[in-house]
Formats: sequence, structure tokens, C-alpha cells
Amino acid sequence: MQDFDIQKIRGDFPILQRKIYDRPLVYLDNAATNQKPQAVIDAIVKYYSEDNANIHRGVHYLSQISTVAFENTRKNFQEYLNAAEHYEVVFTKGTTEAINLVAQAFGKKFIHEGDEIIVSALEHHSNLVPWQILCEEKKAKLKIVPVNDKGEFVFEEFEKLLNEKTKLVSVAHVSNALGSINPIKKIIDKAHEFDVPVMIDGAQGIPHFKIDVQDLDCDFYAFSGHKFYAPMGVGVLYGKEKWLNEMFPYQFGGEMVDQVSFEKTSFNVLPFKFEAGTPNVEAVLGLDAALTYVKEIGVEKIAKYENELLEYATAELLKIEGVRIIGTAKEKASVLSFLIGEIHPYDAGMIIDKLGIAVRTGHHCAQPILDHFNIPGTIRASFSMYNTKEEIDQLVKAIIQVKSMFE
Amino acid sequence: MNKMDVKNIEEIEAEIIAEFDLFDDWMDKYNYLIEMGRETPLIDPKFKIENNLISGCQSRVWLHAKFEDGKIIFTADSDAVITKGIANILIRVMNNQTPDAIINAEFEFVDQIGLKEHLSPTRSNGLLSMIKQMKLYALAFKTKSAQA
Repeated sequence: MQDFDIQKIRGDFPILQRKIYDRPLVYLDNAATNQKPQAVIDAIVKYYSEDNANIHRGVHYLSQISTVAFENTRKNFQEYLNAAEHYEVVFTKGTTEAINLVAQAFGKKFIHEGDEIIVSALEHHSNLVPWQILCEEKKAKLKIVPVNDKGEFVFEEFEKLLNEKTKLVSVAHVSNALGSINPIKKIIDKAHEFDVPVMIDGAQGIPHFKIDVQDLDCDFYAFSGHKFYAPMGVGVLYGKEKWLNEMFPYQFGGEMVDQVSFEKTSFNVLPFKFEAGTPNVEAVLGLDAALTYVKEIGVEKIAKYENELLEYATAELLKIEGVRIIGTAKEKASVLSFLIGEIHPYDAGMIIDKLGIAVRTGHHCAQPILDHFNIPGTIRASFSMYNTKEEIDQLVKAIIQVKSMFE
Repeated sequence: MNKMDVKNIEEIEAEIIAEFDLFDDWMDKYNYLIEMGRETPLIDPKFKIENNLISGCQSRVWLHAKFEDGKIIFTADSDAVITKGIANILIRVMNNQTPDAIINAEFEFVDQIGLKEHLSPTRSNGLLSMIKQMKLYALAFKTKSAQA
């Protein structure tokens, strides 16, 4: 592909030089977390070497420059996501916390007995369990949109589930277990016809798509930094001001308060009322560096390249007798889940690991969708901008070796 | 096997270490584990139930134990062959031993045959859980026989 310099990109990620069991690392577990470019690592080192101070508090020099850098990251994400206001960008420790925040804070105010919340059958546990618990607490009902045998969200079934009792829809942008891309724009538009707000779990969406929250018109969009080339321990919750303002904070402490006395406490304005305590400043600054890095290359170019890898991998794996791809949605993003004949994914994973290839095996924290396919788990290869077709060839060889050992 | 011929745990461990020493590379070791997996003393299907599942494994492992003449007899099964191989190694070491011998065994041989990585909890293959479960059986049988 033109102006996509794969060798330069690989050079930006120091970990790719590593050897595993004396073999060059082939890292195909990007849906779990992706690797960090030098620029992100440098941002963390610079912060602690030169700028470390607590933010939003001191008047001293370091506190001020750290605060400015932190708040600039928020503005940069406002711009990247095309949020209307910078305070609609709330920093969390990840997607899981963002979803829990909404489940607690939105749930407390807007979910009542008899209400309904809709999720899909292919959700990660973190976009399922918080809603299950909330529904139990509130005596509300959790409704599940089924998927078809390709692993696609069944839109007609979703339409049937929507009604005047529905108070929230929360669905993944991209399935982490199968790679299916959900029709989120259509889902949001349909839900809005019933005045139902929609939360998108964007953990697997943000690395592959340019998100425009105003164009999507989603009410919440959550993602993790660490799947976006940034450090672990930081994520973003985008929320529409109208909801965030109405929601009660879900954690309490420093920074999120306005006036405190023993009788009464009033809360700070957005976004601070949702950011109790000292945030993970190093990770936020690393996230800023990751954003700059992604923008320089261009997320559309990255996605196009990753799609080429996915198509290549799909074609090559299907040439191997006995390989079954789990999740054959028409629209997929960079995740390839598969099984090799009757070989248990765990057995396959052990051998593939020994060949220096990092893949994920198991249920991918999405047990219900694997139950749908009646399988114990899959082997999942997931691709990122620094992977190559040669690495996929290595995976193919590894699968052939697995077959020779177990069949 | 005549019960008089049963070796003690240390002797069986030494035997297994010697077997694994024959292999230079990991691939041969795994091939041997796979072979062992196929020879595991299989659990009677009627014991292949939820209650006998060992938790903490990526693959399912069933373990059953019975107590005869002061010795414990284990059987197992797993849907993953490598896990089954590991189960078989443990069974080889612990079968026909007394509850006390099992309770006191250290199982350091696991390190020496290059399976140390399987002791890591992230592997979730249940080697640790299997050992724990076998020791629990031993403790239960010991308590029971003391009461009898």
C-alpha cells in the first residue's frame, strides 16, 4: 500500500525486536492489548523525569504544566471524537470502568422497576455483567439481541425488543471474540425513534475506526487506551452533556467536589464530578502521544491495511484442511477466531506459543457467544498496523505443526 | 501390578525425570505429553459430572478418586490432550499411594521435567488445581479412615 511504510512502523515499536523462545516475536493478540510505539513510552518517561506533579491542585509550576498537558489531552480527544464539548470527555481507567460508571450513575437515576435494558448476545462480559447486576438491583429486565450463525447482530430482533419500557441500549461496536462489526449507526437511529439512549462499547472499535460521536449521535461511547497503542489504566467515556449533567457521581473523594462541610457536599462541574481522586496522569499523557501517533499515520490507512491482513489470513487459514472460522460476519474488523478440526484450542495455543506466536485461546471473556456456537473457546488471532503477511505465514505453519502433533 | 511392587513417590518421580531427560527439545517433550495424554487412566463416564470438574482450567478436567486397601486410585479425563497428559503424570506419581504420602509430597519434579511454566496461574491449565484436588482427596480419605 502506498505511503504505509510497514518497516518504519515496525521500527517504532521496540517490543517487536524481542525474541520469544529464541524466535522473533509474532504478536497476534492485539484485541487483548496492542503494543506501544516509542513515542508513547517516551511520553511516560518524560512525565516522570521532568514534569511529575499532581494536577488541578497546586499553583506551582510543575502542577500547572502537568494540568495543562492533561487537559490538552481531553481537548485533543474532544477534537478527535468530534465531541461538542471538552467536558464530555471523561477519563476512566478503561472501558470496563466507563461502562460501570454509566451502569451506576445512569442506572441510579434512570432505571426503575419494570424497565428494560437491551444488550446483544456477543457482548464482552464487561458490557453484560454491569447491566445484569443493575437489573437485579432495580428489578429491571435485561433483553438480549440474538446473533445469527455468522455472528451478526440480528437487527430485526432488536427492533422487536424496543418498546416504551426500554431505557437504555448498550452494544459493542466490534465483537472482541468474533470481530463482527455491529451496525451501530442504524442501532442508534432506531433506538432514538423511541427516545432511548445508546451506549457503545468501543473497546474494539477505536483502534480501527474514526469515531465521530456527533455524526453517530451516540449517547455514550467508551474505550480503553491500551487497545489504542496507549498505556494500560486509562480509558475514555464520552457522554452527551445532557446525560452526564443529570447523572449522579458514582465515586466520591478529592477533585470531584465543590464545597464540602460536615453537613453537605456539593459536586464539581463536568467532567470533574466523574473523576474522583488523582487520575492516572502518566497514562493520559501516554494516550495523548498515542493519539498523535495514530493521527500521523491515519486511522483509515491503518484500518485498510489491517483489513488486507484479515482477508489474507482468512484466505490462507481456510486453505488448511479442518480449519473452521468462527464468526463469518460480512463486516469484520481484524479479529480471526478459529478452530483446528477437533483439537482443543488450549492444546493448539500451547504449541503456537512455543513457536513464538502470541494468540489468545479460550472464551475471550464472552462466554455467551461461544455457547451460541456450542464450542468451549476458540483460537483468536487479531491484527494490528505493525503485523505482516509474513507473520500470518508463520501462523499458518504453526497450525500445520499443531495438526501434525494432535491428529 | 502387584501391590508389593508399587514404587514410592520419589522413585516414580525419578523415573519420569529420566524419561523427560531423553528429549532435547520442547517439541519432543510435548509429543511425549500428548502420548501420555492418550494413555490416561480414564474416569468412568458415570463420574464425568459437574461435581468432579476441577475449576481454574481453560480446558475441562474431571478427576475421580477411590480408596482401596489404604491406597488411593485416581482416574481422570480432559477435553484437552496436553492437560490430560499432565493429569496422567500426576496419576502415575500418586496412584496406589497412601494418603500420607500424597499429602506430604512436594512435586518438585514438575520443575525438573520442564513443566514449570505450567505452574504459573496464568496458564490456567489446572496443574496446580489438580495437585490441590488430589491432596484434598488424600486428606478426606485419611480423615475418613481414621474415623472408621
